[in-house]
Amino acid sequence: MATPYALPEVTLDEIKHLVSQRALDGETVLLNMGPQHPSTHGVLRLLLELDGETIVNCIPDVGFLHTGIEKNMESKTYLKAEVMSDRLDYLNTVGNNFAYCLAVEKMIDVDVPPRAQAIRVILAELQRVASHLVWLGTSALDVAAMSVFLYAFREREIILDILELVSGQRMMTTYIRPGGVWRDVPVEFDDAVRNVLNTFPKRIDEYEDLLTKNPLFLDRTLGIGKMTAEEALQWGVTGSTLRGSGPDWDLRKKRPYSGYEQYDFEVPTATEGDVYARYLVRIREMRESLKIIEQALNKLPLGPVRSNDRKIVPPPRSEIGTSMESLIHHFKLWTEGFDVPKGSVYAAVESPRGELGVFIESDGGPKPYRVHWRTPSYNNLEALPDMTKGLLIADLVAIIGSVDIVLGDVDR
Amino acid sequence: MGVEEKLADMGVVTTTLESAVGWGRTRAMWPMLFGLACCAIEMMAAQAADYDMSRFGMELMRPSPRQSDLMIVAGRVSRKMAPVLRHLYDQMAEPKWVIAMGDCASCGGVFNNYAVVQGVDEIVPVDIYISGCPPRPEALIGGVMALHEKVEKLKIRDVL
Repeated sequence: MATPYALPEVTLDEIKHLVSQRALDGETVLLNMGPQHPSTHGVLRLLLELDGETIVNCIPDVGFLHTGIEKNMESKTYLKAEVMSDRLDYLNTVGNNFAYCLAVEKMIDVDVPPRAQAIRVILAELQRVASHLVWLGTSALDVAAMSVFLYAFREREIILDILELVSGQRMMTTYIRPGGVWRDVPVEFDDAVRNVLNTFPKRIDEYEDLLTKNPLFLDRTLGIGKMTAEEALQWGVTGSTLRGSGPDWDLRKKRPYSGYEQYDFEVPTATEGDVYARYLVRIREMRESLKIIEQALNKLPLGPVRSNDRKIVPPPRSEIGTSMESLIHHFKLWTEGFDVPKGSVYAAVESPRGELGVFIESDGGPKPYRVHWRTPSYNNLEALPDMTKGLLIADLVAIIGSVDIVLGDVDR
Repeated sequence: MGVEEKLADMGVVTTTLESAVGWGRTRAMWPMLFGLACCAIEMMAAQAADYDMSRFGMELMRPSPRQSDLMIVAGRVSRKMAPVLRHLYDQMAEPKWVIAMGDCASCGGVFNNYAVVQGVDEIVPVDIYISGCPPRPEALIGGVMALHEKVEKLKIRDVL
């Protein structure tokens, strides 16, 4: 069948600026890895220059999942554009909504009730644990530890059940809304989260039993993919990948948002900067997240979960049948949306992968003029060539796992 | 229960070659290990302990298109990815089937824009569409069951 979708031919001449002279002389081999490859965690394509099995150069080719999310958001009102943000980093959907809502709230100056803030924190931390579980399962799978994957996904279901309980959706929740959250959490929420708090520390111990002192795992990870703190900072690496190299940069501590300053938790760091250090940091981060969830749940304040500003937040469903004013507000919000003052704003949250920021430029209308996402995976991925030079292909697989990229986050 | 009661201990089952082949094709259908976006995570969840697709002979995900019978297009297909997807499909050996998992693969979903292929059926023939953004693992299993039914009914001549 003839198709307009033929693979483009690439000659060596076209990519000569990317590879070394040795490749042009035919001394080294150029090898394509991806975009369909079991260990590139999605549709990452790497062009590898190899000397035997040693990596001379590794050139990431991104964009295979470019979705045009930023452009699409410009054509939607502020309330509706949020749906797009879920699909950026699909392991951290709550965090994406969180960053977006913080940015919108900064622009329209609406205050979020304390109960909503605490619920946001609980869900964001649950999502962090779920995201780290996917990372743990897949990166262990990359270094041939199959059973961890099955355990990690079993536990992830427990967290997804909670997200489904509050929002009705397992992954794309869109539960956090500008001005608060969609609706109050159901009564079962407390028990469900406490169940996580009770069971998870033991489960994390189980993963550690499988991996932390496992000689095979140590062989594949210790001293592999080293990155110094300076290198990491120069590349703009954030999140656990940076903290594995030393700096304790965590937005939840350094630029607290949504009441993170009230919670007592540590920012785990390691100094080695290798794959194993990043593994240890993420495992400890899961435990710290559980600490935050427990504190937030213990002092979860009562009260409303949405701002009372009817120009921003749609009225509750029950009012629409009885109040003409509410009906008008509802109609206006879902058709025209709300106007946002002219200006630009940047808000960032600490996603499981690092600093997830959103920049919104408003021209005073109901739709954003420009939305830009500063996604952590993109910067973390750019540091990959430096980490892999001189190592083997098998190590590259372990390093990609340890950087924890999500291609939806890279390509957006 | 079932056929052995009717046949007592004769140890013989009569059937047509077509239904035997169709049955065989569904019982060891190897999907390709090919995740694109959000739906791939749910596809992984469907493979993991809770949903366990190996109950249906679907647990063996082959990273190589040469060894796989079923392509699950799990996620949005960008214009840059489209040639790769078609290339992978061309590399699969006959008989082969395609499931478009999720709204994006089926029709573009929420992304009606320049970057996303509006339905993967622009590129490859699709057998089963699964709705949802992303579909639950149960929905994926439901889609796989529907595909199995379809495959069992196929005439040998149709897929040759």
